[in-house]
Amino acid sequence: MPTIETTYRDAIHRCIDEEMTRNPDVFVIGEDIGRYEGTFKVTKGLWPKYGEKRVVDTPITEPGFTGLAIGAAMVGLRPIVEMMTMSFSILALDQIINHAAKIHSMTGGQATVPLVVRGPGGAAKQLSAQHSHSMEGWYAHVPGLKVVAPATVEDAYGMLKTAIWDDNPVIFTENPGLYTLKGTIPDNKDFSVPFGKCQVLREGSDLTLVGYSRMTRVNLEAADKLAEKGVSAEVVDVRSLLPLDTETIFASVAKTHRAIVVYEDWRSGGFGAEIAARIGESCFDDLDAPVVRVGGLNVPMPYARVLELECIPDVDDVIAAVDKLG
Amino acid sequence: MAKASLEPLETPALLEDFYRQMVFIRHFEEKCNFAYRQGKVGGYMHVYIGMEATAVGWNAALRQGWDYVITAYRDHPQPLLMGSDPVAVMAEIMGRRGGLSKGKGGSMHLYDIKRGFFGGWGIVGGHTALGLGLAFAAKYREEDRVTLCYLGDGAANAGVFFECLNMAGLWDLPIVFIIENNEFAMGTRLEHHAADTELWKRGLPFGIESERVDGMDVLQVYSDATRIVDKVRKEGKPHLIEVMNYRFAGHGAADNDRQLYRTREEEELNMRRDPIKRLEEMLLERNLMTRESMEAIDEELTLKVDEIYEKADASPFPEPHEVYEDVYTDITVERGH
Repeated sequence: MPTIETTYRDAIHRCIDEEMTRNPDVFVIGEDIGRYEGTFKVTKGLWPKYGEKRVVDTPITEPGFTGLAIGAAMVGLRPIVEMMTMSFSILALDQIINHAAKIHSMTGGQATVPLVVRGPGGAAKQLSAQHSHSMEGWYAHVPGLKVVAPATVEDAYGMLKTAIWDDNPVIFTENPGLYTLKGTIPDNKDFSVPFGKCQVLREGSDLTLVGYSRMTRVNLEAADKLAEKGVSAEVVDVRSLLPLDTETIFASVAKTHRAIVVYEDWRSGGFGAEIAARIGESCFDDLDAPVVRVGGLNVPMPYARVLELECIPDVDDVIAAVDKLG
Repeated sequence: MAKASLEPLETPALLEDFYRQMVFIRHFEEKCNFAYRQGKVGGYMHVYIGMEATAVGWNAALRQGWDYVITAYRDHPQPLLMGSDPVAVMAEIMGRRGGLSKGKGGSMHLYDIKRGFFGGWGIVGGHTALGLGLAFAAKYREEDRVTLCYLGDGAANAGVFFECLNMAGLWDLPIVFIIENNEFAMGTRLEHHAADTELWKRGLPFGIESERVDGMDVLQVYSDATRIVDKVRKEGKPHLIEVMNYRFAGHGAADNDRQLYRTREEEELNMRRDPIKRLEEMLLERNLMTRESMEAIDEELTLKVDEIYEKADASPFPEPHEVYEDVYTDITVERGH
C-alpha cells in the first residue's frame, strides 16, 4: 500500500480533516482552533474549509464547551474537543468524569457519548507548572472513558480514526514533544489502529522497557544505547491505557524477566505505577528482579529549563534504572 | 408579571388533563416518600410536591417526541409527563432491573432518551452545559427543536451556568433556561446565597431575553410557556425565565428538619398557594368540574399509583453480573476486585 510521509501533527490534522469530510456529524470545538489555527496549529486550515459552524471557536470556558460537546454527543453528533493543553482539561474534570464517563451506565445503556477530547499533554518547553501536566493517568483511572497516548505518527493517525468512530468518550493525548516527529501513514482513509493493543516496537531479550507517548521515543533511544553496551532491550509501546493490553506486556516480561516502566507523569500514583503493579501481581514467577519505575519527579514543573529537564525522565534515567535491575 | 389571557389556549379537556397530571404527580411523589420510609428507596431522593404546576404547564407547551428536556435531580415529574412508563420510573427509583436505567441511575438519574428526556443530574449546575449541547445539536442540524433546561435557584450561582448563558447568547441557541426558584438551595435561603435575588436578571448581561414568571398557577404557567416556547422555536434564540414556586417537601428525603431553615408559619402560608387547590377552586368557580368528579379522579389516581408501586416492587433487583454491563458500548470491563 502506498504511504504518505508526514508528521505527528499533520497526521492528526489529516485524520480530523478526512473525518469531517466523511461525516457531517463530526465537528471540532475549542479555544482558538479556528481563526487562530490552534495553539499548536493542529487545526490549521479547517476553519476556512468548514466554516465556523463545524470549527467552533469558543470562549475560554472549558467546563461549558466540554459539557456542550457531551450534550451534543448524546444526540448523535461526534464532537472533537480540543484542549489548548490537557492541563486545562482539569477545569472540565466535572464534565468529563462526572458526566461523560458515566452517562452510558447511568442511563442503563440508553445514551452514548461519541466524544473525543484531544490536545497536548505533558511538558512542552518551559511552560512551567500550570501547563505541563500529564493527565492521561488521571483519566485512565475512570471507568467509562477510553484513554490513548500514541507514540508514532501512524498510531496518531490510526488511533484518532478509532477515537472518532468510537461511541464512547475517548481521551486522546498528544505529547507536544511529538508534534514534529516524522513518519509515514498508509494512504488509506479507512486505516485505523484498534485500542487495547500494545505494540512491540523493538524486540529484545534482556529486559523490557514499557512506556507510552513520548516516553516510548525515550525508550527506543535508550534501547539503542543499551545495545551498544551489549544489553538487549525490548520496547513495548502501551499506546492504549484504557483499555490496557496486559497480555503483550506480560508476554514480554515472560521473555525478558525484567521490566522498567517509564512515564512522564509524576512518579507517585502515575499510570506507570498501575502497570508496574500489574506486572508484579501477574508475573511474579517470571521476574528475576523487582519491577522498576522511572517517572517524573514529584514536584510542580519548574520553569528553568535545567530544572524542567531534571523532572522529565530521559535516556540517562532509563539507562541508570537498568543498573538497578542487577 | 402580566396576567395571561386564558382564552383560547384552554379547553375543558385540557384543564382536566392538567388537573389529572398534577394530582398524579402529587400521589406519585407521596408514594415515593412512602417507599423511602419503607426502606424501598435508598440514597438521595427529591420530590416535586408543591411545584407540580411548573412541570405540567411547561410540558404541555412542548412538542412531545421532538423537543428536549433536561433537569437536575428533582426529576420525577418529567418522564411521567413525557410518556414514560410510570412503572419503569418507580422501579428505577426503587433500584430495580425494570427501571428506566435498569437500576443504575436511581431517583436523581432518570432518563428516557427516546422520548427526549435527558435526565436527571446530580451535580448542581453541571447539566446546564449538557442542555446547551442539546440546543447546539438542534441548531447544528437545522431542526426546530426547543430544549427546556430546568435548574434550581441554587444552580443559578454555578460558574458553568454563567458560561452556558454566555455561549447561548453568543451563538443564539434555542434553549429555555428555567430557573425554578423555590426559595431554597437545599437548606440555604435565596437571600443567603444570591447577591441579586432577582435571578431572572442572570440572562441580561448576555443579551438573553429574560423574565420572571409565576410557577404556581398552572394556567398562567401554560400561557407563559406556550408563548416562550413558540418564540424560541420561531426565532431560534435563548430565553431565560425565573419561575416562582415553592417546594412543600424538604429538600430531599434526608432533610428531616425543615425548621433549620424555614418556619412552620412560612410553610403554612405558602401551602395556601397549593397549585392543585388553586386549580380546583378555579374549576369549581367556572363550573367546569364538580367536587365529586375531582374526588373520583383523586381516587382513581390513588389506585393507579398504588398499582404502579406494586408492579415496580415486583420487579426484581439487578443480578450481580449486571454490574459490568453498560459501562462501555463495546468492551467488557475487567471482572472481580
